[in-house]
Amino acid sequence: MKKLAGFLTIIFLISIPFYSGEYYINLASQMLIAAIFASSLNLLVGYGGLTSLGHAVYLGLSAYITAWLITKIGLSHGATAAIALTATTVMGMLFGWIALRATGLGFLMLTLALSQIFWGLAYRWVGMTNGDNGISGITRPMPFDINLDQSNYFYWFVLIIFLTCMLLITRLVHSPFGASICGTRDQAKRMTALGFNVWLIRWITFVLASFFGAVAGLLYVYFHKYIHPTVMSITSSAEALLCVIAGGAGTLTGPIIGAFLVMILKNYVSGYVERWNMLLGAVFVFIVLFMPSGITPWVADKISRLRNTTK
Amino acid sequence: MTINRRDFLVGSGAASLGLAVPTLVNAQKSNEPIRIGLLTVKTGPLASGGIDMERGIMMYLNERNNMMAGRKVELVVADTGGVPANTKTKVQELVERDKVQVLMGPLAAFEALAIDDYIKTQKIPTLSVAAAEDMTQRKPNPWFVRATSSSAQCSHVMADYCAKIMKFKRMVMIADDIAYGHEMNAGFQRVFEENGGKIVQKLFPPLTAPDYGSFLAQLKTNVDGIFLGFAGSNGFRFVRQFNEYGLRGKMAIMGGMTALDESVLKNMGDEALGIQTVCWYSAELDNPINLKFAPGFRKTFGYDPGYYAAGTYVSGAVLENALNAVNGDANNKDALMAALKKTNIPTARGPVKFDQYGNIVGDVYIRQVERKDKRLVNAVLRTYTNVSQFWTYDPKSFLGQPVYTRDYPPAKNLES
Amino acid sequence: MQIWAIQTLNSLALGGLLFLLSSGFALIFGLMRIANLTHGALFMLGAYVGATVIRAGYGMFTAAAAALIVIAIVGGIIERLILRRLSGNPQGQVLATLGLAFIIADFCLVIWGGDPIPIETPAMFQSPIQFLGISFPAYRLVILVISCIIGIALYLLLEKTRLGAMIRAGVDDMQMARAVGIPASQLFTIVFCLGAGLAGLGGTLGGPIFNAYPGLDADMLPLALIVVILGGVGSLVGTFIASFIVGFIYSFGIALVPDLAYVILFLPMVVVIAFKPTGLFGTIRT
Repeated sequence: MKKLAGFLTIIFLISIPFYSGEYYINLASQMLIAAIFASSLNLLVGYGGLTSLGHAVYLGLSAYITAWLITKIGLSHGATAAIALTATTVMGMLFGWIALRATGLGFLMLTLALSQIFWGLAYRWVGMTNGDNGISGITRPMPFDINLDQSNYFYWFVLIIFLTCMLLITRLVHSPFGASICGTRDQAKRMTALGFNVWLIRWITFVLASFFGAVAGLLYVYFHKYIHPTVMSITSSAEALLCVIAGGAGTLTGPIIGAFLVMILKNYVSGYVERWNMLLGAVFVFIVLFMPSGITPWVADKISRLRNTTK
Repeated sequence: MTINRRDFLVGSGAASLGLAVPTLVNAQKSNEPIRIGLLTVKTGPLASGGIDMERGIMMYLNERNNMMAGRKVELVVADTGGVPANTKTKVQELVERDKVQVLMGPLAAFEALAIDDYIKTQKIPTLSVAAAEDMTQRKPNPWFVRATSSSAQCSHVMADYCAKIMKFKRMVMIADDIAYGHEMNAGFQRVFEENGGKIVQKLFPPLTAPDYGSFLAQLKTNVDGIFLGFAGSNGFRFVRQFNEYGLRGKMAIMGGMTALDESVLKNMGDEALGIQTVCWYSAELDNPINLKFAPGFRKTFGYDPGYYAAGTYVSGAVLENALNAVNGDANNKDALMAALKKTNIPTARGPVKFDQYGNIVGDVYIRQVERKDKRLVNAVLRTYTNVSQFWTYDPKSFLGQPVYTRDYPPAKNLES
Repeated sequence: MQIWAIQTLNSLALGGLLFLLSSGFALIFGLMRIANLTHGALFMLGAYVGATVIRAGYGMFTAAAAALIVIAIVGGIIERLILRRLSGNPQGQVLATLGLAFIIADFCLVIWGGDPIPIETPAMFQSPIQFLGISFPAYRLVILVISCIIGIALYLLLEKTRLGAMIRAGVDDMQMARAVGIPASQLFTIVFCLGAGLAGLGGTLGGPIFNAYPGLDADMLPLALIVVILGGVGSLVGTFIASFIVGFIYSFGIALVPDLAYVILFLPMVVVIAFKPTGLFGTIRT
């Protein structure tokens, strides 16, 4: 049943550019990128139980490194992507080491602090980042000579990467390692007693989250062809966190649904409702009151109840 | 007080119309409306200017019963929140979904930079309000015209005024630590020092500084004046704290074009009297067009129009003139763009024409805060005519030099 | 010499303001373990309420009292209707408090518009105080004094009153506190109201310096977080001292190394938590 639903969803996603206007294709690309980003954060927040308010720094680092390498050095896209992803993941290793010296609110603050420091650097280090003028003139890659400036080709490019990432994350979560991550979230002390190295498990999760965040950053900068320090602001991180929690932390589809919801509200509904910010807030409060674990668990619960009553 | 219902209706009407209209026709049918997309900021810290932008253009359209060049005009307003990623999405929404033919705005320099590429590929004539210098200098966008000002265009004038008329010799500069502030102050520094003055201190507080105490503590007081390159309400906050720290009267306060905008002035008191600022507009201008616009705006909204409201009002006039020249055929983008570039009309800010890069060549005014009818106004002291973004410099050599930044031109007279 | 003197006073004044801002947050987090991310928005709402009262012609004292009461009530409503249901669900609390922050921020924009609203410094404090050859804004010294008074008042509340004893018991061990009959539910509401009220009060008192403007909430929240974490959760003394530490580091840092403004703000906190996760004076491992 689940497999069928998943299969149909993929068919639907692939088909979008065939009947949608350009605006909707672009919107769909943005949603997929946001979904990847939210899923990366979900590894940390949902599965690892570590709430982070600074995840946007990986999006930003990967985006800025890519932007800088392409515009200032003229490096090819393949090399740029490799360097950006590697460098960001290495930073993730460092940040993870720092941030995991605390848990709970302390961890939250450390992640926030690290991202704010880099946000400030992005504004100040004008020589590298152009400060608040941002870096423009980034080009999209041309894999196999396909012109990704066309919205439908770019969309499929993003879709392929999205599906690959989701596959990897699903595998990860269902693996023994994935089980141990959940274990550290639920019963850290017992895990330690059982001989697991809780710190190491958390650190690896952190690094993986930063890697997938970097992937999202790469796609982000390709889509916008422009990068600005606001991408690393608290608001950016907070939005991602909200996507994850609203959609359902600790589930695979949760962050995707959350990203979809937030993107729709921000980009589409805001064209019709002037007070869309208030609406966004109200939606979150509503979700938290009536679907405290997020949308996906609530829906799953309703479906299973339906199944039980029809037995 | 806010016009949300109206623009909700306008917005949804325009959007549904945009969705219903079949794919592009080359020649515009004579009953097809002209759709203008306004990129502005209505939420967040930049909201004040953004709301004024909307009011300026709505006023212009209302005065003409929403008609330009014999056709109906639809205004679609998009709120970008001042975040460049949203600006990109909104401009796509306006162009692809709402099918606008002309853009007005955006508000902030970095927003303009974010959509620069997109405007070029989509070939949408854009009447910008944002002051980013390079959009009309080193990286000119052929689809861009700007009827407001580049960042340094007005501060060149103020520097000239300070050096030659006020006869200042030593000055301090302070501005928000953003590109706009850097560009504005760099322009000031250049002209001031070339006319015999010395800039002895440059301060750049972060844009969201909780307060200016630390900067006021280190301010040199043995100077003739201080030039403020602030935007938004920071200028007013600074002036207040300046007085609170006992610095009032120790040096003259000279402001840039957004330091004491009319929208900020309405909240100030006697501490603002006498402060001189430079801008391309003042609600007190006495040309025939402004003599109707400013009181009309004040009557409708309760305060004088300033930089942002005048920006879109004047852009509206420029657009209408160009549309008249192409007989309302807004779909013929090349013709419309050519007509825009050939603009030469009187507007509420004075005469408007564009240089070859799309930036305005017009009048700039030195203003002084005075009290009139119990309100604070920016009374016009002096008019400088035919001011271009290059001041008195040759465009080629101007462009050959690096863009104005925090450290360029290098400040050689700083004292520690 | 003059500069150092002024900077020191600036630091103290900023520290006082930060304490006004953060004390509410510290109280709520200490007792209820809720990171109240609506705190910045409540501060901002307090500033707007205060500005409105002053515009209506009343003095600062009335405005501050009004802000305290109104925001305390708002806090109470939030706690009763929404946060109460989320105990034990920290992620839900994040979602709820952030969602509320959005709502309150947009609400302020609707009611008060996009222009920043200045709050008049009370007339008697408008001219600078001159002493030892320097001029310093009188109002900032007043803020410093007020924050010390509030700090002492809070300390007395916690140490000398029954309510305070209940709060301290709850902070140390909520389960046991319940077991000995402390009415946790009412306590939570009271503390949340108090915390929110302090935020509102801070917003109005800080108004003459910050003004009321859209975006004030986002500017203030990180500062409150930094102070509370640096000082240590569960310790009001920690919050007090950390406010001044941050005040000093920020004021001097911004003057000496303005390029590193954000690093300066966060670095002390990062360094402290990295080595002592409970913060300087904290008693609670979060």
